[in-house]
Amino acid sequence: MSAFDSVTAARANDRPTAIDYITRIFGDSFIELHGDRRFADDKAVIGGIAELGGKPVTVIALEKGRNLKERVERNFGSAHPEGYRKALRLMKQAEKFHRPVLCFVDTSGAYCGIGAEERGQGQAIAENLMEMMTLKTPVLSILIGEGGSGGALALAVADEVWMLENAIYSVISPEGCASILWKDSTKTAEASECLKLTSQDLFKLGVIERIIREPKTVDSVMFDSFKTLIGQTFEKLSAVDTETLLAKRYNRFRKF
Amino acid sequence: MNTSDIFNFLKPKNELENQGDTLAAQNQPFIPDELWVKCPVCKKPVLSSDLNENFKVCPSCGYHFRIGARQRIEITADKDSFEEFDADMTSVNIIDFPDYTRKLKNAKLNSGENESVITGKAKIGGCEVVLAVMNSQFMMGSMGTVTGEKITRAFEYATEHKLPVIIFTVSGGARMQEGILSLMQMAKTSAAAKLHSDAGLLYITVLTDPTTGGVTASFAMEGDIILSEPKALIAFAGPRVIEQTIRQKLPKDFQSAEFLLEKGFVDKVVPRSKMKDTLTSLLILHGSVPEKTEEKEGDSQ
Repeated sequence: MSAFDSVTAARANDRPTAIDYITRIFGDSFIELHGDRRFADDKAVIGGIAELGGKPVTVIALEKGRNLKERVERNFGSAHPEGYRKALRLMKQAEKFHRPVLCFVDTSGAYCGIGAEERGQGQAIAENLMEMMTLKTPVLSILIGEGGSGGALALAVADEVWMLENAIYSVISPEGCASILWKDSTKTAEASECLKLTSQDLFKLGVIERIIREPKTVDSVMFDSFKTLIGQTFEKLSAVDTETLLAKRYNRFRKF
Repeated sequence: MNTSDIFNFLKPKNELENQGDTLAAQNQPFIPDELWVKCPVCKKPVLSSDLNENFKVCPSCGYHFRIGARQRIEITADKDSFEEFDADMTSVNIIDFPDYTRKLKNAKLNSGENESVITGKAKIGGCEVVLAVMNSQFMMGSMGTVTGEKITRAFEYATEHKLPVIIFTVSGGARMQEGILSLMQMAKTSAAAKLHSDAGLLYITVLTDPTTGGVTASFAMEGDIILSEPKALIAFAGPRVIEQTIRQKLPKDFQSAEFLLEKGFVDKVVPRSKMKDTLTSLLILHGSVPEKTEEKEGDSQ
């Protein structure tokens, strides 16, 4: 499978989105919480509290939408600053109540528009990077589809970062890269190779801890084993004292 | 020969910026020595030596020409006080990206520097600081792993020695040619900035034209105090990217320093001629004790 095949798979319309993961893993236990308390509720970001193995967990996700109507409503998973600020509010809440944070990342990137700039898109992302680095509770981020640059990283400063086999994670879209390199945005396949954006590439570079195999068809077995794995990981991370956890998180990013 | 011909002939070249291949490369001239230069805003001619004496600010309209990192250090740090860190650190083509090795070589030749940031220790108005100055002449100030490493080390040094940090930013964003590793620099530098902040130390950012992308979305926006030069372009997504996304023209002065001031993302717009004094005052207000030097002789404090 080529890098461009992964790009295509990561963007496929029938690919499960964050809502599917939340529903299949947490069922009815998920209670959604809304708003950033400053400006609005950004529907590209879903957040709330759920139960995992009898323990509470904060869940935050970038949601693209599962059909055209939802995709428009969710702004195709491209968050505004208020989305990142909602995420940070819920992370701080998780820290206060000593529950771990689980992030699902799926976005082509933070939204590029007038309102996003006016309300400080750069500042919102920067603040998340800074605050997540010392959040005194375990954080696990899972890239389930597209991991588009700073807009994805703003939910991926974590103790562990995992990727679905066919998810991608990149500093720039292959189209953007191709148009800068060759002044031709159609050369996406070549650009995809150059960017080293597949889960295998990123594992080799030490950017992620784990690749989650994708079955040919999505089934409940996949979500069940996924749930077990997440539960075990939080148990492992919660057993570590906070000082060590944060030192490890710092070093995780310091090495790059 | 009329005057416009003279100015065509003398029109400064802009080759260095074209090396930048990043979001914000704008058509702004570099200034050759001892020549007349036409201000791109008011179009009036100015002798480059006069321009140099005036901090490279147009005496007629106040337009701030872009300046290189070495000159920035010269006008900001006290004379002979700058001690550079990690001067020899240099990037390699880690992910084997097409053409990057050649681009790096050209960037070094054209800028005379090894990377897009210069870091070190300096005194400003007699106050000891860690200073980092980004360089638009090196791949448009894009952030690669060495850029991130130098900034991170500067923060770590400052934290260890309890010093304030001042960073002058200018950047087209993360360096595409280093792929995901350039993205990771955003997290790395932010981590170091956070530990510096948690130690109760002062961090001031000075945004200069242009500051965009991954630098805006990391350490540029993390200062306790965020200053900017007048009219600097400050953006997450550059104007062209936004216009392509929303398919409409952006209003004039959108994403200017003054616009960000109005929206609440910049503390103060400070002209270049006042920058050193402003920084000195802020440092003293945060507990820096200026060392008396000849330069400061006669000052009460």
